Amino acid sequence: MSTASASASGAPADAGDLFLTFEIDGGLFGARVSDVHDVFAIQSTTPVPLARPDVAGLLNLRGRIVTAIDSRVRLGHPRRQGGYQGAMAIGVERDGESYGLIVDRVSEVLRLEPGRFEDNPVNLDARWREVSRGVCQLHDRLLVAIDIDRMIDAPAAADAGFGAAA
Amino acid sequence: MDDILSEFLTETAENLETIEPELLRFEQDPNDAATLNNIFRLVHTIKGTCGFLGLARLEAVAHAGETLLGKFRDRTLAVTPEAVSTILRSIDRIKEILADLEATGEEPAGDDGALIGELEAAAEGHAPAAAVPEAPKVGPNGEKWDADQGRFLRPGEVSLADLEAAFRAADGPVEDNPEAAPPPAPAPAMLRAPDTDDDEARGAGSLATQSIRVNVEVLEQLMTMVSELVLTRNQLLQMVRNMENSEFKVPLQRLSTITAELQDRVMKTRMQPIGNAWKKLPRIVRDASRDLGKKIELRMEGEATELDRQVSELIRDPLTHMIRNSCDHGVERPEDRVARGKPPQGTITLRAFHEGGHIIIQIEDDGAGLPVARIREKAIGKGLVTASEAAQMTDAQIQRFIFAPGFSTAAKVTNLSGRGVGMDVVKTNVELIGGQIDLTSTEGFGTVFTIKIPLTLAIVSAMIVGSRGGRFAIPQIAVLELVRAGGPGSETRIERVNRTRVMRLRDRLLPLVDIADVLDLGTDARAEGAEPGMEYVVVMQVGGNRFGLMVDEVLDTEEIVVKPLSSLLKGITTFTGSTILGDGSVIMIVDPTGIAAHVGEIDQTADERAATADTGTDTAGAAVSMLMFEAGGREPKAVPLSLVTRIEDTPVERLERANGRAVMQYRGELVPVIHAAGDFAFAAEGSQPILMFSQGARTMGLAVDRILDIVHDRLDIELVAHTPGILGAAVIKGRATEVVDVGHFLQQGHDDWFEAATRERAPPRRVLLVETNPFFRNLLAPLLQAAGYQVTAVESTEAAWRLHARGENFDAILADTEGDPAAAETFASRLSEDTRWSGAACLALTGGTLPTPGSFADAVRKSDRHGLLAALDYALKNRGEAA
Repeated sequence: MSTASASASGAPADAGDLFLTFEIDGGLFGARVSDVHDVFAIQSTTPVPLARPDVAGLLNLRGRIVTAIDSRVRLGHPRRQGGYQGAMAIGVERDGESYGLIVDRVSEVLRLEPGRFEDNPVNLDARWREVSRGVCQLHDRLLVAIDIDRMIDAPAAADAGFGAAA
Repeated sequence: MDDILSEFLTETAENLETIEPELLRFEQDPNDAATLNNIFRLVHTIKGTCGFLGLARLEAVAHAGETLLGKFRDRTLAVTPEAVSTILRSIDRIKEILADLEATGEEPAGDDGALIGELEAAAEGHAPAAAVPEAPKVGPNGEKWDADQGRFLRPGEVSLADLEAAFRAADGPVEDNPEAAPPPAPAPAMLRAPDTDDDEARGAGSLATQSIRVNVEVLEQLMTMVSELVLTRNQLLQMVRNMENSEFKVPLQRLSTITAELQDRVMKTRMQPIGNAWKKLPRIVRDASRDLGKKIELRMEGEATELDRQVSELIRDPLTHMIRNSCDHGVERPEDRVARGKPPQGTITLRAFHEGGHIIIQIEDDGAGLPVARIREKAIGKGLVTASEAAQMTDAQIQRFIFAPGFSTAAKVTNLSGRGVGMDVVKTNVELIGGQIDLTSTEGFGTVFTIKIPLTLAIVSAMIVGSRGGRFAIPQIAVLELVRAGGPGSETRIERVNRTRVMRLRDRLLPLVDIADVLDLGTDARAEGAEPGMEYVVVMQVGGNRFGLMVDEVLDTEEIVVKPLSSLLKGITTFTGSTILGDGSVIMIVDPTGIAAHVGEIDQTADERAATADTGTDTAGAAVSMLMFEAGGREPKAVPLSLVTRIEDTPVERLERANGRAVMQYRGELVPVIHAAGDFAFAAEGSQPILMFSQGARTMGLAVDRILDIVHDRLDIELVAHTPGILGAAVIKGRATEVVDVGHFLQQGHDDWFEAATRERAPPRRVLLVETNPFFRNLLAPLLQAAGYQVTAVESTEAAWRLHARGENFDAILADTEGDPAAAETFASRLSEDTRWSGAACLALTGGTLPTPGSFADAVRKSDRHGLLAALDYALKNRGEAA
């Protein structure tokens, strides 16, 4: 199990949610620890032809087949260079299926009170607006709270396709 | 529900399942005492247990049935189909009550008086007089007292003491122990005892004590776990294989063996003889044949063939439906059969056998076969196919339309089938379990349906192939063979018709698709192991479609466990799932049906384009003289010889340029020359072979690289080309050949070719061409057009009448009489009586011979274009004079 869930178990529930923070293309993001199943390093992926551009491929995680999503592509950034080997992924379980969100770096777990979040800036890119639950001001940088479920779903906004990324 | 009751339900359900086939067997052979005894004992068991559990309704029905059976057994009553029907109905009733009992735990309320009355009537009313005095032998009074039960006996009931005596006295091969049927029959376990006879069919009963009931779910879970274990084992093996002198080797070898054995055993627990899925079929055939007034025998072969329980379950309904169909649509009525010289009794044979990791089930009937003409008509009527497409299809392709959704050939809806939800549902269900279904049928002689299904759904045998660095698994069920093409020493190679790749496989053109194109794998370098210029072609069959899938390399065959794709990927129809290979890597499993759809798409777009361009297509069966030549490449091209006026071998110097176009002097005039492969392809020196085409005063030349041959052959155009100037491809003398569309070049040569001809006669005469064969339609229409006629070509007389209805008028009508002479004659005679169209000159287009005109004004050979034009001209002149 990840360190994220380990620290989650000992925390009082009313002091705000625990967030697992990670970086995607230089930006800082956070996902609610309760949404995260595990964190793992990727050994190898098998590409899935004809799939959505943000599908990095399938991988074998201890006998389970995990569908890996490249968060960069999902958020409209260029595809990760140099393949996925060694990359970190955040594991999610949904309807008995396993998904992995490939991120650049997984960092610490933070406790963030609900009051610290602000609504999405109105000028935020549509693709981001879809997956963002709000923005939190940390003392030196901004953290975008990500709805992992939305990350797995296909982009809804018509103009938020994968044209630029593919 | 208490344990005894649930035990009773399971037990009885099993007993009932055996009773039906036994009864039918008994009906066939009423002298089979062993079978009758068996039936009698089963019914008696039910009755006894019901009495014990206080199930009054069940007991009463079973009792009445038993009475009737008793009469049969004592031979005091002749076995009639009606009586057997009544017993079958009583068994149905028992089943109904049992179903309610299972659902509610209580016997449902209801009145079985009528049914019991029928059973009693059958037992008494129809009993021969000799039977009556037999009954009173038991006791002195009219109503007999049974000491064992402590009550008066019901009419026809036999006292238990008597019953026992009867059992002992029963003749036949069954030797019952005296204690075999202990009265009263209290518990199923005790009643199993008599099954210790030597009859093999009932031997299973003696095993009862050695078997236990296991919930199916437990087996399913076991299977899943074993699958995982196999995968883990494979991974371990892969790891150890890469280690030198590992201490794990020996224990791992043992683990491997044990795992394999475990897998084998667990698989076995799920295996069932397919006969289990067939149990209901004899009854269905019997009832169907009675309802339909037909005589049908159902033969079953290979009932012991084992297959996975899950598969067996899933195949049951499709099989039932197909058997019903065979009874209803396949086998004819006795009088029709006799009229066709067949025995009055039809036979449906159900066959199962193993073949290469699959199970093959065949349903064969010796009935009427599938009516090709009617299916074609209906397919066109339902818009599944256009008339011209249908004309190009083989009989087998037409017959496969019965698998199309909503298709039903039955003229009327019967009780059994014909609602049009039949074979497409069957096909879907079969495909759902990774199976395939196909048919062969000969009109008048019967139909064979063949279902090919995997033995088990849990583990699939797959071929692992590589393309552009990726690996993919192809389920073996769809793979016919593997062909290496284009490498050194290989006899097959890949040819191109336009941009479409084909391969000649045993004289048939096999359409090819590259898996890299289907999966959009890009143009990366091919896999390292792949030899340059060499391809592997995986020949696949999905339903009736055969095609070749080009891959870079073939790596392995492996037993894989199919894992479903995550919902995010479900939309990709090209894959059925994924799996983990022995080395731990994930691999995508290709869906053969999805690939076939991809191949079909290519075909379809080609067809569509051909249809809109109104160029192309094909024919079946007509023998035509073709001139073969080469132009722009080694692939042979061909043109119908009848269109060529002359073949000229012209010195290059005589070809001149005028107005940017190649021309040559020919018989005192300047004639345009076009090269079949384009303007740049003219020979630089020496001589240039040119095919001359003339029409009226106009002549043009078609330059080619080399004249090859003239062949007289049946022309089977197989693929429709996308290119203007090409009608399609055909195998001529064993070579893939492009058939050139002369009309295209004629038009190119003389931009005014058609107009010029038209201007010569004004106003243009309107000609209606009714020709079912698309090849001749496409050949003759431009020809007539070139001769200055305004041509409307249709594919059927129905289409002609539609034009009539629209108020169109024609000066001449040319109708094909080759396809269906009778219909053509009807058409012509209708024409002669028509107020508007009777004035038109009506000519018959014939194939080889010239028949008598009948209602036609004249007949002319299709291949004789000069004769055709002359006859048309003459007929129109005559008509002009007459008018």
